[in-house]
Amino acid sequence: MPVSTHCPYCALQCAMTLTPTAEVGAGEGGLCRKGWTSADLLRSPQRLTQPAVRDRKGGPLRETSWDEALSRVVEGVRRAQQSTGPDGVAVFGGGGLTNEKAYALGKFARVVLRTSQIDYNGRFCMSSAAAAGNRAFGLDRGLPFPLSDLSGAQTVLLVGSNPAETMPPFVQYLQRMREAGGDLIVIDPRRTPTADAASLHLAPQPGTDLALANGMLFVALEEGLVDKAYISERTTGFDEVQAAASAWWPARVERLTGVSEPDLRAAVRLLAVPRGMVLTARGAEQHAHGVATATAWLNLALALGLPGRPHAGWGTLTGQGNGQGGREHGQKADQLPGYRSISDPVARAHVAGVWGIDPAELPGPGRSAYELLDALGDGGGPSALLVFGSNPVVSAPNARHVAQRLASLDSLVVSDLVLSETAAIADVVLPTAQWAEESGTTTNLEGRVLLRRKAIDPPLGVRTDLEILHGLATRLGVESGFSPDPALVFEELGRASAGGVADYAGITQQRLAAGEVLHWPCPAANHPGTPRLFQEQFATADGRARFVAVDQPEEVEPVSADYPLRLTTGRVAMQYQSGAQTRRIAALEGDAFVELHEDLAQRLGITEGERVKVSTARGEIWLAAKVTDAIRPDTVFVPFHWSGKKRANTLTGDWLDPISRMPAFKACAARIEKVSA
Amino acid sequence: MKRVVVVGNGMAGARVVDELRRRDPHLEITVFGAENRPAYNRILLSDVLAGKREDVTLGGVDGVQRHLGVPVVSIDRSAQLVTASDGSRTPYDALVLATGSEAVVPPVQGIAGPSGLLLDGVFVFRTVEDCNAIAARAKRSTTAVVVGGGLLGLEAARGLLQHGLKVEIVHGAGHLMDVQLDPAGGTILRRAVEALGVGVHLGSFASRVDGTRHVTGVGLADGRHVSGDLVVLACGVRPQVGLARSMGLAVERGVVVDDELRTDDDRVFAIGECAQHRGSVYGLVAPAWEQAAVLADVLTGRGGRYTGSRLVTRLKAMDLDVAAMGDTNPGLEDDVAGQEVVVWADPARNTYKKLVVRDGVLTGALLVGDVSTSGLVTQAFDRGTPLPTDRSALLFAPRRGGSGVVADEDTVCTCNAVTAGEIRTCHSLPEVVLKTRATTGCGTCTSVVKTLLSKAVERTVA
Repeated sequence: MPVSTHCPYCALQCAMTLTPTAEVGAGEGGLCRKGWTSADLLRSPQRLTQPAVRDRKGGPLRETSWDEALSRVVEGVRRAQQSTGPDGVAVFGGGGLTNEKAYALGKFARVVLRTSQIDYNGRFCMSSAAAAGNRAFGLDRGLPFPLSDLSGAQTVLLVGSNPAETMPPFVQYLQRMREAGGDLIVIDPRRTPTADAASLHLAPQPGTDLALANGMLFVALEEGLVDKAYISERTTGFDEVQAAASAWWPARVERLTGVSEPDLRAAVRLLAVPRGMVLTARGAEQHAHGVATATAWLNLALALGLPGRPHAGWGTLTGQGNGQGGREHGQKADQLPGYRSISDPVARAHVAGVWGIDPAELPGPGRSAYELLDALGDGGGPSALLVFGSNPVVSAPNARHVAQRLASLDSLVVSDLVLSETAAIADVVLPTAQWAEESGTTTNLEGRVLLRRKAIDPPLGVRTDLEILHGLATRLGVESGFSPDPALVFEELGRASAGGVADYAGITQQRLAAGEVLHWPCPAANHPGTPRLFQEQFATADGRARFVAVDQPEEVEPVSADYPLRLTTGRVAMQYQSGAQTRRIAALEGDAFVELHEDLAQRLGITEGERVKVSTARGEIWLAAKVTDAIRPDTVFVPFHWSGKKRANTLTGDWLDPISRMPAFKACAARIEKVSA
Repeated sequence: MKRVVVVGNGMAGARVVDELRRRDPHLEITVFGAENRPAYNRILLSDVLAGKREDVTLGGVDGVQRHLGVPVVSIDRSAQLVTASDGSRTPYDALVLATGSEAVVPPVQGIAGPSGLLLDGVFVFRTVEDCNAIAARAKRSTTAVVVGGGLLGLEAARGLLQHGLKVEIVHGAGHLMDVQLDPAGGTILRRAVEALGVGVHLGSFASRVDGTRHVTGVGLADGRHVSGDLVVLACGVRPQVGLARSMGLAVERGVVVDDELRTDDDRVFAIGECAQHRGSVYGLVAPAWEQAAVLADVLTGRGGRYTGSRLVTRLKAMDLDVAAMGDTNPGLEDDVAGQEVVVWADPARNTYKKLVVRDGVLTGALLVGDVSTSGLVTQAFDRGTPLPTDRSALLFAPRRGGSGVVADEDTVCTCNAVTAGEIRTCHSLPEVVLKTRATTGCGTCTSVVKTLLSKAVERTVA
């Protein structure tokens, strides 16, 4: 009997069916190859099925019982607490964890460990867009409208997004829009398959999208395309933004970005339609000025009067499977469930009430993801770290440094389903269940809550993350409040989120199981959910959207004689995130590569497939050359899914956005060299 | 360094204030502006003239003492004091001269009216007030003469056309925009301008302004007469260096500055159109802003050096785009080793493009009529980056849409990474789905798959 669930990978959360023999079927929206082959890992010999501990640093991992493994975790926690206090223990979560796990993890950190030191890999993913969305709209839901609204748009502008490869079934919405006569504009330094199918492709220098957006606003102002009535009725702050945009006349934009004025004007004219949509993604957001860049695109959308109108607006394409829900329920350093601020006394009182503790016992905000990783061990911060659903040795920026910090911990605990690169250096490894082996909810990129159903039992010896947290809480002296049952945890999450921005109080697993389509906020059991936000007003105090003036900053790392190229990193179709899962699936072929322009290759004497060295001030890696005409000649691209000597994040730096603390994954200075034979 | 006084609130002055404030929130910054309005964006003046924009104010940072409509009268360098027209005296630790430039009024007969000011109906084109005055006059005029066929003159002509006037351009040189364009480019530009109904009179300077109480036209040195009841002078600009001279600073064409934008007085700096650096006086915004950034670094102790700017001139007027940069007229016949001159001319479509390459680096370029590659060309010129082996990539934007031929190795289904070759081994859609899963993702490849299948079937039949 096939069980209806959703794909374990990206934020599209495609519907799928699974049989007890682990056969995958596609739901209505189709599946990509990653989805089709996702079940291959369920029975893989590479699955971890027994806990393991390391008896001394540098020694081998030894398989052991759950009892010993959990005892070792507790010993590490106690040592850290004794030497440094509660903040000596840190927790690192992930955007792939279900809502229940993300919630339980945040609660575990605050209630059991009493630590402020918790953050998660979503900081590397959605934090810039989230901060920009919160600031402009008073609320961050990736798409404030249903995905299906895309099909009815006249123009969709994608900034730094390549869904044809990273989220393939998403393209059907763009296709429907195109078939109805709509236009797709893609902004990307690479002519990706997505860009190749667009009506208009702009290829700016990586990191200059902010100037491009301000330049588009300049043109919109000049050509009288801004919506003055909307601006005066639904927004505040336009004057400063207008002044900031007036400094980005097309010739200046052209000089910085390389986007020619005719293309700039064409893009504005296409977008200035009643049903225009601006969607940003990591290409725009993963910069040390990621919030400002996302804000610049928001400003443009607001000036054209798009947000809050049907089939129009601004959104961000969430990446990880539960990248939306994962950023709402408390695994973020500054946040409590329901997208509440941990600094807000009212929020603290509410959540402490649900958790049965005194609000004063709740810690305050902790370090952001990179700052936390950087502080670990000999960084002077926490000496014990618990990692759930993340592989920072591969996915964190400046990864060599991060790996050193992790290695310097007194106690590193990793819960994972395979021996990821981070698990491989852990002191305790806890084998955990996969998506098909437990139930839970995720919240997809449009803010719709989805029910993943359990299809099969986990292998013997494997526990779910909720069971692990339950076991640890008990051993650490908290007997109740950490149920291993996802349904009970979801109920509690609903109560904790009640009255918050992301209000799940009215969503139950029963409603989801009955097939109801529920987007948050959904405050009551009889509430139909909110597919479209901002139709009447925005979620700000005065109901108006906020313009915020932003300007293009200096590059964090300009190119130089030693490092004359710009490196940008990203994803490929056959891999997901750090590749811990997908690299272990044989049907997902392909290896790491560096993509470079044929002119550059010719100048360096590099041929297709040749192994070359790519280096930055942080380190060097070796990759096969992929020679193409589909990238700017001054830019090279390396996907970040691989590890070791192919690890892209060996190259990236640790400049952080001042607001979101997002690292600059998308632009740094690099060199590429032939490897002498 | 505590107190910085900036003389001039134009593009350069306003910019250095922003840059300083961004770097140091504690500096005491005082600005004197001669015009009684907030700093505005001079780039946009032709839009103002054309009636396309009203507000061209530049955003300004907070916490700055701004004295607007208060020209500086004198500066005492030994006392480090600025005296302004309102009698105020402001001390400084560093003084920045950003006095800009003024429009050149050619000394031709009849240009001054009875009052000694410009004859009624004759205007320069420099400030917002100028634009407003020209626009007001245009409402009761029928024909305008623009004296000067450079960048500014063409922009003025564009604005005047928007008012429905018949426009005549009078230009002394042999072709329009002769500072930036070669004769061939100038010819294309003239044809395009004429096609819009603008009269172009080349090769003779204006020598006389006609009219007693109101202007009636312009007389040329070769005897021609061009009638008009509105005349706009676009004869270039001249650095405003009177204050610097009175201070006893070294002044040539502009105030002489070194690589730190410093004059021969350690505490006095100059940027923008009034400054002369390594023999160059720049009349564009980009160099002024580059200088402002360097000066802000210097004044906040970060250290900085300005080494000169590469000039890119853009004209957007009358539906005709021009991008010009560097040395664009080295002479085709010059047989210089390592020099290439690449030219494309399409007179029927008023398009002309030229690249000058020395030792593999772009040293000059012209794009007239079609600037679809201006982004690439500008960056190549600006940064001296290596050029594409095929130089035409800098001249023509890539054509979209392939030949329709799908090679076996081309990916057809990105969701499932299926190539055309794999599809071609199948005979039906169900077989494709079963063997490759193509079309089961987003479904957008279905039509291509069907086409490939039908051709495979044809091939089998044949």
